Amino acid sequence: MMLKTDYKDEVLTVHLSGELDHNRAANLRAKIDGRVNALRPKTLELDFSKVSFMDSSGIGLIMGRYRSVGLVGGKLRVVNIPDNLTKIFALSGISSLGVLK
Amino acid sequence: MKVINEMHLKFLSKSSNESFARSAVAAFVLELDPTITELADIKTAVSEAVTNAIVHGYQRESGMIYIDVKLTDENNVIIKIRDKGVGIEDIKQAMQPLFTTAESEERAGLGFAVMQSFTDNVKVTSAPQKGTTVTLKKRIIPLK
Repeated sequence: MMLKTDYKDEVLTVHLSGELDHNRAANLRAKIDGRVNALRPKTLELDFSKVSFMDSSGIGLIMGRYRSVGLVGGKLRVVNIPDNLTKIFALSGISSLGVLK
Repeated sequence: MKVINEMHLKFLSKSSNESFARSAVAAFVLELDPTITELADIKTAVSEAVTNAIVHGYQRESGMIYIDVKLTDENNVIIKIRDKGVGIEDIKQAMQPLFTTAESEERAGLGFAVMQSFTDNVKVTSAPQKGTTVTLKKRIIPLK
């Protein structure tokens, strides 16, 4: 599966799409971390606008990227959370990381 | 309570089947006219239970996962997700939010919390080395 990303002004943006479950998360994790380690961005931005379904694997993916971009000195930003995912984001308590925009 | 319809699935514990399992259950529940939100809640809860069976129940082994779904005349959906994997030693601990034994897999430890929040009732029975059964219940609110 292709991963759509942009890199501009030291911001690496990852455009996630479709259904985000445990099966997809494993693959995304490796691909995103590959780019993070190669580019060492100041900000890693995860764009959720095209994510149609997500279970707690998506929360694990965010927590893991918070760590992996932190290891190269960058910050994580999560943007465009669709309405249908607000329930799982609220339940996860992930807003306490200060990454949701 | 009368069962008006039921179905059974049996599939291999491959993570590519997570999507199949939640979509199949959601398609079956359509008979009760759920809202999009109710359907998404069921998909999410089933996805969590099936992922647990794959990641924790069978770990690196492969085995079969069984799902039984019943629809009742009171608009209830009863979903049983069963594996014959390693089982859970301490169910209470496993159900604690943020508890996980699979940190290397980046599991957030939220599986049971999601199931509890997205359905009306979650019941877990388990025996070490025999397997685990998770029963989810959700009432589909009838349309006026």
